[in-house]
Amino acid sequence: MSMLKIEGVHTFYGNIEALKGIDMEVNEGEIVTLIGANGAGKTTLLMTCCGSPQASKGRILFEGQDISRMPMHEICQLGIQQSPEGRRIFPRMSVYENLQMGAITQDPKYFNSDIEMVFDLFPRLKERINQRAGTMSGGEQQMLAIGRALMGRPRLLLLDEPSLGLAPLIVKQIFETVEKINREKKMTVFLVEQNAFHALKLAHRGYVMVNGNITLSGTGAELLANPEVRAAYLEGGH
Amino acid sequence: MSAAFASSRTNGSEVVKELAFFAVIALLMSVMLLGVETVDRPTGLELAVRWDLVLIAIGATVIGRLGLIFRRENISRLGQAVLITLSAVAVFEMFVRFRELDDRWVSPVVLDMAFGSVVSTIVGIAFVAIIFATAYFTMKDKTAADVDESAKLSSKIQLAYRSNTKKIGLIGIIFFIIFPFIFGEDRSAIDLATLVMIYIMLGWGLNIVVGLAGLLDLGYVAFYAVGAYSYALLSQNFDLSFWLCLPLAGIFAASFGIILGFPVLRLRGDYLAIVTLGFGEIIRVVLINWYDLTGGPDGISSIERPSFFGMADFSRRVPDGAIGFNELFGMEYSSMHRLIFLYYLILVLALVTNFVTLRLRKLPIGRAWEALREDEIACRSLGINPTNTKLSAFAIGAMFGGFAGAFFATRQGFISPESFTFLESAVILAIVVLGGMGSQIGVVLAAIVMIGFPEMFRELAEYRMLIFGAGIVAIMLWRPRGLLSFRDPTILLNMSQKEKVAGEVK
Repeated sequence: MSMLKIEGVHTFYGNIEALKGIDMEVNEGEIVTLIGANGAGKTTLLMTCCGSPQASKGRILFEGQDISRMPMHEICQLGIQQSPEGRRIFPRMSVYENLQMGAITQDPKYFNSDIEMVFDLFPRLKERINQRAGTMSGGEQQMLAIGRALMGRPRLLLLDEPSLGLAPLIVKQIFETVEKINREKKMTVFLVEQNAFHALKLAHRGYVMVNGNITLSGTGAELLANPEVRAAYLEGGH
Repeated sequence: MSAAFASSRTNGSEVVKELAFFAVIALLMSVMLLGVETVDRPTGLELAVRWDLVLIAIGATVIGRLGLIFRRENISRLGQAVLITLSAVAVFEMFVRFRELDDRWVSPVVLDMAFGSVVSTIVGIAFVAIIFATAYFTMKDKTAADVDESAKLSSKIQLAYRSNTKKIGLIGIIFFIIFPFIFGEDRSAIDLATLVMIYIMLGWGLNIVVGLAGLLDLGYVAFYAVGAYSYALLSQNFDLSFWLCLPLAGIFAASFGIILGFPVLRLRGDYLAIVTLGFGEIIRVVLINWYDLTGGPDGISSIERPSFFGMADFSRRVPDGAIGFNELFGMEYSSMHRLIFLYYLILVLALVTNFVTLRLRKLPIGRAWEALREDEIACRSLGINPTNTKLSAFAIGAMFGGFAGAFFATRQGFISPESFTFLESAVILAIVVLGGMGSQIGVVLAAIVMIGFPEMFRELAEYRMLIFGAGIVAIMLWRPRGLLSFRDPTILLNMSQKEKVAGEVK
């Protein structure tokens, strides 16, 4: 069944139409990737799912419930957590406090097992447990952002450009972990990426976005093989 | 400094140029401030020109600059020290003349003062010796090792402070508790301590809003006023006792905090500051103009003093049916009893504020405040409701302001809108910022610096504001993020505070 269903969503920034009628869905247990160039509207779509900005037309259904008019914090309490663009960890708080923040709306009884789970996925975070988050490297901060999102016990995990500004080796590590989260925890993941090659290799299905429209969709392997996608996003790199 | 640069500066004409430049600056700065004075003569106010002061100012500047040049170029340490001492003496002479002397062109006043008596000679020589020694023994040219050493020292101090905050706090509390026993009979000392304590409490209250939640509030005094007026009005109109009014004043102030909070929820930074500033003024203007209720600019007088928890009274003539405090404890009557009681009252109120803040910081709500200060979008994406979080910060901060206000009203016995001007808000905010946003001990230090020092040095009259301003500039230059501006995690795993700090302070 589809966990997240987006039906004809339009989003505006003032008079500028950033999303021009998006239809897509994310099924339970899948990794779905959205690729596209800078300014195509990828982050806008992801943030619209979270309610900031809100969609001006269309519906967004999460497990059958319309969330397109709900405020951001209520949507997140339903079980959608995100690792936002630019990571947005709390720089002056320690790693441990950041993870506590992730679990702030959750029942404390899950806390210990959840934090163990996060430390299993990202052993580096355990080493840095008392360190001020802002003093860590970019890769570690990204791990923290994902770990913090996982502490909120999501059923749907939204990742916005987790590879941004990271060394290739770290990017590989992060994507491997995302796959592991999906495989072992049965977590549904919606991934927004510019790094098309890695993202499509990982994904069960993918969408391509151009100027606020979805132009292509298919399984990850299909999109990787598609000559248009290859020409636009994969040639001359990786 | 490179050798080439140093040698280019040592040639004579360059030095003369530099000295001339500073002499002109000294002239420009001193001619209006020192050179022209209004004198009260029988014929009316007259302008008197004081060229002697200007000359001394220029002389002091030039000599001092020459000393600094010596220092920069590493020429004779003795020469440096002599020049700097001379300059300091000249500055002193200038101040003395400016204050006392009407007759000019007489022999240096400093000499008269120094040789007036044996004691003053000794004091004078001691001062000169101290300046001389400081100038002589502090080397300008620091080698890399020296720099390293001083950095190490400052990090050592930081380490010592941050790994012992609890002990320092405890020592502070004990000091404030035994304070009345040390200065028991000194009325002004207790008064001053009470005043400082009010500002510490206000600082701690505002720290919740500004330091923890990061909402810049320029109208905090409004809540202070609401607390003060609610106590005064409740006690006068309904004859309620202080102990009943205190929580009510807190509740009133908290509800005003929520009233202010609603319209400003979407605002941040500068815009928030302007709206809160406006709110503070609205409250003050309403207090002035609502004559029937508040008495307008006349204020409210003869506000009831607090009793000893409703059991005993502090006044000399105890009303019928009540017991005097001195009778209750079998002591001689003393007017100090009430002052000391008020001091302890505000001490307890302030400590409650501190305790609640420290507890809240460890609870989800306090953590949410801090997170909101750092990143609002991240907070919302974690499921934190920013509306409730901000409103609770405003309400709790305002509540403590209200408690302090009620205390202020009962201590003064008289309140008027005069006491709740924007300047008060600015002072409280300055205490929080100078102390280092979010630092509880920092607020105490800053309150002592901001309130205690200006009061202690009242004899210095108008110079006190000058020194005060210079002090604030100095703090902002050397510690731009406040006196104690570290944020320590509320929880550490498998690691002591000391190890953590040592790892961070390199």
